[in-house]
Amino acid sequence: MADTLVHDVAAPPPVEASRRPPRVRRTPTTYVLRLVATAYLFFLVAWPVSLVATNTFEDGLGSIRALLEDPDIVVALQLSVYVAFFSVVINTLFGVGMSLLLVRYEFPGKRLLNALLDLPLSVSPIVVGLALVLAYGGRNGWLGPTLAGWGLDIIFSTPGIIMATTFVALPLMIREIVPVLEEVGIEQEQAAQSLGASGLQCFRRITLPSIKWGIVYGVVLTLARSLGEFGAVKVVSGNVLGQTRTATLVVEEKYLNFDQQAAYATAFLLAMVSVACIVIVAIIRPKNHG
Amino acid sequence: MTSIEISRVRPARTPRRSGPRSTLTRSSGIGLGIAMIWFSALVLIPLACVVVTAIDGGWEAFWSAITNGQTIAAIKLTVFTALGVTAVNVVMGPLIAWVLVRDRFWGKSVLEVLIDIPFALPTIVAGLVLLSLYGNADSPLGVDIANSRPAVFLAFLFVTLPFVVRMVQPVLEELDQDVEEAAASLGASRFTTFRRVVLPSLAPAIAAGAALSFARGVSEYGSLVLLSGNLPFQTEVTSVRILSSIENDNVAAAAAVATVLLMISLAVIVLLDVIQRRVAARG
Repeated sequence: MADTLVHDVAAPPPVEASRRPPRVRRTPTTYVLRLVATAYLFFLVAWPVSLVATNTFEDGLGSIRALLEDPDIVVALQLSVYVAFFSVVINTLFGVGMSLLLVRYEFPGKRLLNALLDLPLSVSPIVVGLALVLAYGGRNGWLGPTLAGWGLDIIFSTPGIIMATTFVALPLMIREIVPVLEEVGIEQEQAAQSLGASGLQCFRRITLPSIKWGIVYGVVLTLARSLGEFGAVKVVSGNVLGQTRTATLVVEEKYLNFDQQAAYATAFLLAMVSVACIVIVAIIRPKNHG
Repeated sequence: MTSIEISRVRPARTPRRSGPRSTLTRSSGIGLGIAMIWFSALVLIPLACVVVTAIDGGWEAFWSAITNGQTIAAIKLTVFTALGVTAVNVVMGPLIAWVLVRDRFWGKSVLEVLIDIPFALPTIVAGLVLLSLYGNADSPLGVDIANSRPAVFLAFLFVTLPFVVRMVQPVLEELDQDVEEAAASLGASRFTTFRRVVLPSLAPAIAAGAALSFARGVSEYGSLVLLSGNLPFQTEVTSVRILSSIENDNVAAAAAVATVLLMISLAVIVLLDVIQRRVAARG
């Protein structure tokens, strides 16, 4: 132990004191902890998730090809992408605007609002679905009959699926942008404004570039969450084949109907997208730290 | 210098006591209005509808809906399993975070990715992958716990994995190792250093992560659909119970049980807010 301490002192001083790499003291405990953590993650995550790939490709590319030839599944995949796209767009606009308001302004009820914005993360997806049905259900909902009178059906159709998906992914963008905005501060914006920049110019030229990466992470996480939403969509969609059945609902339906190959193949496609999202964030995030 | 600092602190505190003042400009006020309309339409009004529907039939109807034997069994199973899983996360989360921050070895970045997978993987896919390893006649491990309570525990463990790790990790990164070395040089054992120096600074992050993981466990649905079999009185969790009430057109009962879950979510959010304020106040 004394050995490592001396070594640390003798080492050249780190360039950036606050970001120096951790000093590693290797004792038997270090190896035990490393082993426990690795084994835990291997058995809980790595091995099960890798099985979805092996089960999909048990007999070559056949199951993926069969999947893409089934028109109902193709429609379901398209619907999932369509819904995720709208959820990402809505949550990005809402998230950026709300983050700016939360960080840059003071107003009564801000603390309450800040807490309520986290609510969608801890509400059960089934409760989300039930809430939307009770509010917007075409026959008995609180607002549903009025909207149906205007020709706008929400529950058991695409707008309902988009709302359910947007609901569950709502806090992700805000949680990514708020810390960045807090760290950036307002000096640059104030300088730009004192030099005569308008509010819009200031946002486009100063604020937006500084929160760019926060938005990118937010979009990637929202996309992953939106493509994968299951419970809330199950309640509001009506699960109509070829119309309101999303990819996650296909996985359940195929599995319960003993079509395991199609279930694994669809699950594989979904898992690919979410793993890709996580890897993209993992790769670009450290660069941004410096 | 000191007098300037004091005078800077005081005016900031006085308005907070007399109620927060607004610094909204006209355009930001309109922006807030639009954002609030959308947030209300999407989240607040629907959730209010759940509570209204639940109490619409009166207190007795509400009470009998949530004290129904099958519902009580589901709520008990959900809450106790979520507590158990949270206990595991409270131990494993800081351990994994410690390995990720303080250790360096080949393949560590793979572990980083693995932590986030449960967060991004669709829950139905999570159920399917756990089923193929732990609940299948031809499971590579020879383990079959499908349709049993351990399966519920396993599913909760999977989906709640990231919360404690991701809360503790940044705090551990910021922690100054000099303090630990000072403690060690004064003769503290590694365990004492951890208990007296590291643990107190990690405690708020662990508590926040535990609260989030409990809330996530209680509200879990998707990963259980294929894995737990949803057997009444045995492996049926609260979310599944609500869904079967919806499917039987018993919306009032569904709303009553949903209100219980909502109360748990709200309690967790209040707890998180309190923890964050404590940490901010401590500096």
